[in-house]
Amino acid sequence: MIMPDRPLLLKATGLNLKRRHKQVLTDISLELHAGEILTLIGPNGCGKSTLIRILLGLEKVDSGSVWRRKPLTIGYMPQHLQLEPRLPLTVLGFLRLARSAQDSAIHGWLNRLGIQLLVNQDIQDLSGGEWQRVLLARALLLKPDLLVLDEPVQGVDVQGQHELYRLIPTLRDELGCGVLMISHDLHLVMAATDEVICMNGHICCSGHPDLVSVSDAYQQLFGQRTAPIAHYTHHHDHQHCLVGHTDDDPTAETRQP
Amino acid sequence: MNALMISYWWLMPLLSGLLLSCVTGPLGSFVVWRRMAFFGDTLAHGALLGITLGVISDINPTLALLLSSVVLALLLYPMQRIASLSSDTLLGIISHSMLAVGLVVLSLAQDVRVDLMGYLFGDLLAVTSTDTLMVAIAAVICIGLIIWQWRGLLATTVSPELAAIDGYPVARLQLLLILMLALVIALAMKIVGILLVSAMLIIPPAAARSLSRTPEQMALFASLIGLVSVLMGMSASFWWDTPAGPSVVVAATLLFVASTAVNRR
Repeated sequence: MIMPDRPLLLKATGLNLKRRHKQVLTDISLELHAGEILTLIGPNGCGKSTLIRILLGLEKVDSGSVWRRKPLTIGYMPQHLQLEPRLPLTVLGFLRLARSAQDSAIHGWLNRLGIQLLVNQDIQDLSGGEWQRVLLARALLLKPDLLVLDEPVQGVDVQGQHELYRLIPTLRDELGCGVLMISHDLHLVMAATDEVICMNGHICCSGHPDLVSVSDAYQQLFGQRTAPIAHYTHHHDHQHCLVGHTDDDPTAETRQP
Repeated sequence: MNALMISYWWLMPLLSGLLLSCVTGPLGSFVVWRRMAFFGDTLAHGALLGITLGVISDINPTLALLLSSVVLALLLYPMQRIASLSSDTLLGIISHSMLAVGLVVLSLAQDVRVDLMGYLFGDLLAVTSTDTLMVAIAAVICIGLIIWQWRGLLATTVSPELAAIDGYPVARLQLLLILMLALVIALAMKIVGILLVSAMLIIPPAAARSLSRTPEQMALFASLIGLVSVLMGMSASFWWDTPAGPSVVVAATLLFVASTAVNRR
């Protein structure tokens, strides 16, 4: 949703990236404002993570530009973090590595996320879900203006997934931050996001999820199967969904390559 | 009188070894955590070429060693960052070809007298008080830098990406680490030799791993294990006349084996 009174945090214009012989990203443009939750969805290997890394300035593009507000405190929760088994590190030690992290903030977030008992545990011994929460705590520690979550529910059980997605809008309201997240499951993020961008190398469609869900195109694409735990499978051939292309949907951003 | 003379001769090498193991503890821990062991080997092997060129061009050998080590580190530094470049193979090629070229050039320069064995396996008796002073200065500088930049170095090691987003100067910290490594390897070479220098960096931290719960503990224990190895190895060398460098490495290895019995994780 476009909120003109809220400051712009991030703006990407015409991003293109080719790696070896594969066109990874084609003409991607997007904007993110403070207080807005934007979700990227798309099949595996569609360039979501690469796009996020580019937006964060971790990778370069062939053409196009990324503008980030300055100063911009970013909390980033990566999809994977390869841990070195020879490096002994407790949860507290790991979180203290965040620049200018305060112990009070660390304990506050650990309590909030329900993992305060893990504080002195070795990070090698954490389960997938616990580790995801620790990574989320690290992303939140510095009171970010922009929260970037790459598949935040990976390795989390179904109960935990719903909890986490309920938490995200609350965090947004508390911190007043913009949220950019990646998911491959549209249903799960429906309630947690203001805007969805479907991508598969390029932006197939984008729009507000509520408007998306009542549109004919959405019904056509996702049917009535969206019961609480129904799985949504994303088939992108080169048929673009029509969501956001409808005339009666002024808030949806439209892109048609 | 003899005993006094001998202990004097042994004092400088022993002191150098002890000072050095104070640095190799924390620095070696980073080498282990960042899987840079092969990188250290490459620096050490390349140093032989540096020594040879230094001797031919008549520069102070220690200075030549330091210079070549730093230059090589700076040349290899960009490669470190391109992980996808199958750097194992590339480093292997560079490492061994530099050792080979060094040996060939050395043999061609017939009018130059270089104690090859001394460089390959370390020559403790050649350690002078000037060398010891250099080791002491380097040790103080490196330990100071490591303590000062500890959090940044560690954050960069755990995740360069998260560190970069946090605003740590990732590239500069990596460069700092590599330059310290080059410095320490150049200085350690006289004591343990080109072939065994990376053992001094890797074995004590590896032994310290199972005893530690935090990175700080591991760095500290690695220094202590290094100190004990130097004492053990040099004592063995003193009493049984074994080569000092290899004796130190053997001692470190024994301590490593003993450490695996403790709390295997």
